[in-house]
Amino acid sequence: MVKKTECLAMLLAGGQGSRLGILTKNIAKPAVPYGGKYRIIDFPLSNCINSGIETVGVLTQYQPLELNDYIGNGSPWDLDRSYGGVHILSPYQQIKGTEWYKGTANAIYQNIHFIDRYNPEYVAVLSGDHIYKMDYNKMLEYHKAKDAACTIAMLEVPWEEASRFGLMFVNDDGSISEFEEKPKNPKSNKASMGVYIFTWSKLRQYLIDDENNPDSGNDFGHDVIPAMHENGERMFAYKFEGYWKDVGTIDSLWEANLDLLNPKVDLDLSDDSWKIYSRNPIAPPHFISDKAKVENSMIGEGCCIDGGVDYSILFSNVTIEEGAKVRYSIIMPGTTIKSGAIVEYAIVAENAVIEEGAHIGESPEEIDNLEAWGVTVIGEKVTIGKNAKVKAKEMIDTDVKEDK
Amino acid sequence: MATPNVLGIIYSNVYDDCLSELTSVRTMGSVPFAGRYRLIDFVLSNMVNGGIAKVGISTKANYQSLMDHIGSGKAWDLSRKRDGMTILPPFNLTGSGGVYKSRLEALSGMLHYISESGKDYVLLSDCNVVCNLDYDKIIDEHIKGGADITIAYKRGVAPKLADMMSFELDGDKITKVIVGETGDTAVNYSLNIMVLSRVLLERLIHDAMGQGDESFERDVISKNVDALNIKGYKVEGYARTIDSLQSYYDISMGLLTGEYKNLFAKDLPVYTKVRDDMPAIYGVCSKASNSLVADGCIIKGTVENSILFRGVYVAEGAVVKNSIVMQDSYISQNAKVNCAILDKQVVIKPGRELSGADSYPIYIGKNITV
Repeated sequence: MVKKTECLAMLLAGGQGSRLGILTKNIAKPAVPYGGKYRIIDFPLSNCINSGIETVGVLTQYQPLELNDYIGNGSPWDLDRSYGGVHILSPYQQIKGTEWYKGTANAIYQNIHFIDRYNPEYVAVLSGDHIYKMDYNKMLEYHKAKDAACTIAMLEVPWEEASRFGLMFVNDDGSISEFEEKPKNPKSNKASMGVYIFTWSKLRQYLIDDENNPDSGNDFGHDVIPAMHENGERMFAYKFEGYWKDVGTIDSLWEANLDLLNPKVDLDLSDDSWKIYSRNPIAPPHFISDKAKVENSMIGEGCCIDGGVDYSILFSNVTIEEGAKVRYSIIMPGTTIKSGAIVEYAIVAENAVIEEGAHIGESPEEIDNLEAWGVTVIGEKVTIGKNAKVKAKEMIDTDVKEDK
Repeated sequence: MATPNVLGIIYSNVYDDCLSELTSVRTMGSVPFAGRYRLIDFVLSNMVNGGIAKVGISTKANYQSLMDHIGSGKAWDLSRKRDGMTILPPFNLTGSGGVYKSRLEALSGMLHYISESGKDYVLLSDCNVVCNLDYDKIIDEHIKGGADITIAYKRGVAPKLADMMSFELDGDKITKVIVGETGDTAVNYSLNIMVLSRVLLERLIHDAMGQGDESFERDVISKNVDALNIKGYKVEGYARTIDSLQSYYDISMGLLTGEYKNLFAKDLPVYTKVRDDMPAIYGVCSKASNSLVADGCIIKGTVENSILFRGVYVAEGAVVKNSIVMQDSYISQNAKVNCAILDKQVVIKPGRELSGADSYPIYIGKNITV
């Protein structure tokens, strides 16, 4: 008899990630490149397979092409299975009409039939936006032990950042007594990580009720969870310890990438016991010439380095010509930085060309007004002409001409 | 234009003896090369890129690591319902244990596989030639030129292998075949990549078996040079034959002087088994120069003029020069390695110094701690 699916995962990957600006112009946020060879979605997908969750629904909506292509049949994450495996779930036409996903809860509501096909006892709902390693199976064991209807993964955040999160008040036994959504003066620093485990029979009913409520915003955090809480359902917080980063803004994406070079940061991607799988580029090992100077950096496959690279992350097939200098930057796949160009404190997206002598970004030490400083972003396939200058915080998504 | 119907055959165990150190625990096809590949990857990729979708890999001995590397052939897109890849272990013909002595015996063991393939042509290749060739050009040339057999060759000093073929040609027709070593003069030597029709191959194998022949080179090719129309296909681009540990070292080091751009062309990718390693990380005081470094490496020391395979760790103060360090090896603090070939999972203890010469590199076997 085929083993019954105990828990399946629904991965919310439909968001635009509008704060990532031009980086998400053509791709959804979970498809954004990270860490020299990964994409953000590799983390929840790898966590699933490593936790023993073999059936994953990926809910897409915004610009899903790149994400769909990347996920394919799921084989890089061992999710290409005869029974279960990864499924891309986008909104589809039904008898009653077509509807985009109105909110996170509505997205799951529209896919009740998908979940019912596997008839699991538990459903994990994950956001596709965060960098973290977590054993969902341990969280499931906790959920079962507490006989919970809903378990929310919780992280204690620094007090000065607490106001950015959905917060919870947790009793000693782990049960949640109250919620506080992004308050100005937080009274708790226990933040919701956007990772939930539900007992399916309970969630199913709440989703139907929520959909039938015309006043609802159809959002998990705002509508479904408070409804469950008000009804006296057993809600518990599962404490998570470890690295967890929301990469929803340019600055946090840049920081999260450079965190990989910081030995004090607790995110070890070389850990074989919890591998982060991804679609690997087909490229030879990278080549560092005798004219290159590489320090404190991460270099991807297929790169050709003739210039200087310091405290930076280079993805696959990046070319750094002789005399070029890259520091404190993230360079995404296929980009070429030509001779004499300087790229600092920047994110350069895929397949861009930075011509000779161009200067991208500025160091915060060199800028007069620190308020005006920020990471510079060059969009995909953009060419920055010879000797052109792009200042701090600028976002360029069209070609910039040569500066004579 | 309809794609020609070609079966690929790879000899994974040919010339194993010439690289005895590296092939003591593996086939020639599984010999690690260029930082993240095995020699068979180049042949398989050439075949797949050339439109060949059915490939038989002949194996003789020590083929466990080859089978582990190849798996179902997925990495080369050869895990298919239609066609795909098959590993052909020795077929017990003589009842004596079934390990082949020669290329001819291997072919006769594969006869059934070849006949049942349903393909019109067969492309045969060894594993010890490193090249990135457009196989469909050789196949096209064979069909257009109307040859019975087309053999790829290169001009230069021939590899020092016992049954190496070299040719005299009239235009592109091979008029004479010399089997054996040819010293240090420049000759037209065979790259052992050949195309012929399946029906002809079957006939030649049957004839050879019937006559009790033993050498493919002498009895099938050389003897038939007049009876058959055998043509040569000249290869001008990068192609290097490995015939000894020294040549393995030299050809590897050659990649660092610009030749790697010839081997790794963007439009002809080389596929290999994926390992899901993290990209390489260079530490604060690391110094790397003129080196090929694979993913998963962590470099905190100095690496010069070397090839580091996946997952190699070079600790602070360690110096690796002019060396080839294979998968997952560990070079401890202040160790010094020069002109060496380190097999997989070698550990060099702190402060140890190991030095060969570029004309005689030291080889350290798999899993050894120094």
